[in-house]
Amino acid sequence: MRRLSSAYTNHPRLKLATLLAAPMAWIVLIYLASLAVLLISAFWTFDTFSATIVKTFSLDNFIELATTDVYRVITLRTIRIAALTTVIDVVIAIPIAYFCARVARPRNRTIILVLLVLPLWTSYLVKIFAWQTMLQTGGLLDYVLPFNVGYSETAVLIVMSYLWLPYVVLPIYGSLERLPGSLLEASADLGAHSRTTFMRVTLPLAVPGIVAGSIFSFALTLGDYIAPSIVGGKTQFIGNVIYDNVGVAGNVPFAAAYAMVPIAVIGVYLALAKRTGAFEAL
Amino acid sequence: MKSTARRVTALAGGLAVVAAACGGGGGSSTKPLDKVGAGEGALSLIIWPGYAESGKNDPKVDWVTPFETASGCKVTTKEAQDSAEMVTLMRQGSTYDGVSASGDATNRLIAGGNVAELNVSLIPDFANITPKLQSPPHNTVNGKHYGISYQWGANVLMYNTDKVTPAPTSWAAVFDQVPAAAKGKLTPYTGAIYIADAALYLKSAKPELGITDPYELTQAQFDAAIVLLKAQKGNAKLYWGTTTEQTDAFKSGDAVMGPSWPYQVNLLEGDKQPVASVIPKEGATGWADSWMMSSKAAHPNCMYKWMQWTATPDVQAQVASYFGSAPANPKACDVLGKETCDAYHVTDDAYFSQISFWKTPLADCGNGKTTCIDFADWTKAWTEVKG
Repeated sequence: MRRLSSAYTNHPRLKLATLLAAPMAWIVLIYLASLAVLLISAFWTFDTFSATIVKTFSLDNFIELATTDVYRVITLRTIRIAALTTVIDVVIAIPIAYFCARVARPRNRTIILVLLVLPLWTSYLVKIFAWQTMLQTGGLLDYVLPFNVGYSETAVLIVMSYLWLPYVVLPIYGSLERLPGSLLEASADLGAHSRTTFMRVTLPLAVPGIVAGSIFSFALTLGDYIAPSIVGGKTQFIGNVIYDNVGVAGNVPFAAAYAMVPIAVIGVYLALAKRTGAFEAL
Repeated sequence: MKSTARRVTALAGGLAVVAAACGGGGGSSTKPLDKVGAGEGALSLIIWPGYAESGKNDPKVDWVTPFETASGCKVTTKEAQDSAEMVTLMRQGSTYDGVSASGDATNRLIAGGNVAELNVSLIPDFANITPKLQSPPHNTVNGKHYGISYQWGANVLMYNTDKVTPAPTSWAAVFDQVPAAAKGKLTPYTGAIYIADAALYLKSAKPELGITDPYELTQAQFDAAIVLLKAQKGNAKLYWGTTTEQTDAFKSGDAVMGPSWPYQVNLLEGDKQPVASVIPKEGATGWADSWMMSSKAAHPNCMYKWMQWTATPDVQAQVASYFGSAPANPKACDVLGKETCDAYHVTDDAYFSQISFWKTPLADCGNGKTTCIDFADWTKAWTEVKG
């Protein structure tokens, strides 16, 4: 025991390696390895006659994805709804986060934060079904709104915006809360109006938090396929197409190839987000 | 709601195995058993909800516990909510001994080598199964049996009797002659297998296409069905995948007509909703489910015992009355009574012959040609239909 502890003291790298072993094994073996298998299978093909997977390298799946209109339509729809969800969430989240971090008294702040987090403890499916009931004809929102949005892309957008809002508020709240009060005082001392201070000091410093929050709403919407199938009526997302191709059809290679699309989109998004310092704000 | 939630979590599980399933199905050529030995003490099944009741949902509905007592095989079940999920689960290997597969999945399981050839002489009640379902093409290939027929039913045309008048008599009502009251309020079924419904309609509406079997379509026939379905989308409110999706939309008035199962019709009628159903003049597609044994089953003796048990008239009758389906063994009518049996059309040959049962579309047309459209292409075309 003593030898072990002295070994750790003398070799800090050993200590680090031991600490990181479990999480590294998790991410490398389970996450990265399965992603790699997915990547490889995208280059295989599905032989329709024997209903088996042919394990020879081919770009057929990608060519089909690029040349068939419907996949472009579905990809653009998924990205569009993910982007709109993100915009809606950010617009709603900034005032909430600002009020919580800079205006509310500590007791109220706790209440608001608990109220924000509370829905996250409820099953995602329960929330989707609740929305489905509210959105359909005769539902609560059908009474309130002058038009019916049940079973439509708009319904998907509303549900997505609702589902991911807490994930967007919390990073923005974090970045606003960390904002040194001295900066705001300095701005005021120099004669800046409170709106000017907000636009030129507070908001720019909150950008990493905003981007960090947007990663959640964008990525989670991009990968969802359950909400579209329940509240979307006829709406198809990338995930729905992937699911359909895996099932009875068994065309895993094609599904894998299509899965590369959201992976690439998110890759680009993360690369851009990293530049803003969003990862420090998570 | 509960079962829908289950389905959706299952969907999530299905995606998670994408990577794991890459290996594909390995064939198995082991000979079927020549006698049923002692049970292995356990049995693991993939089932449609309601197909293996153990009294947990309703203490009076229980055909699993007596089986466990008699055979010593402890039954565990995994409920699947669609055929896609059943195939995915069966391809995971030796976790499951058997599955209650529908005809749109059975041929795929057979072709993939995921299910074992059966020796039907080991199942005494096989002889009592209606001759039409002893060797149907969806569970018997080249004279080899891979499944024991369990229950069947038709995909009927359900409509709101207040809104849709006069009552529809043709599938044209959901395709190219949608009544004004139903425009934008159709609920077609979601899933590539629904393409067969369009093909079935075209079989009589456009005889010049020469469709003989709605599951064995040439490119030209297939394209015509897709054109019809794309036009239908304009009149669709939602595509239903789980029964609650459709019953909810009917109750709220968002939908007034669509292909359905007798199960939903019974459910809505029980709720005093103004619905009725009909088998239109073109006939209907339908489902016929079979018990199939995994080619890697760890408990084959228990599976044979289960297949015999579930083919007995008593169990067949219990499933039929609980699930709202027609039993494959007409002797169940002695238990069900004539009235119930007639309601399910158990012995009605005319009704039966109107149904084109789900089977997996394969490239092999069944007539020596291999130019038919395979289900993988049906799936892609279905994506295009929904757009």
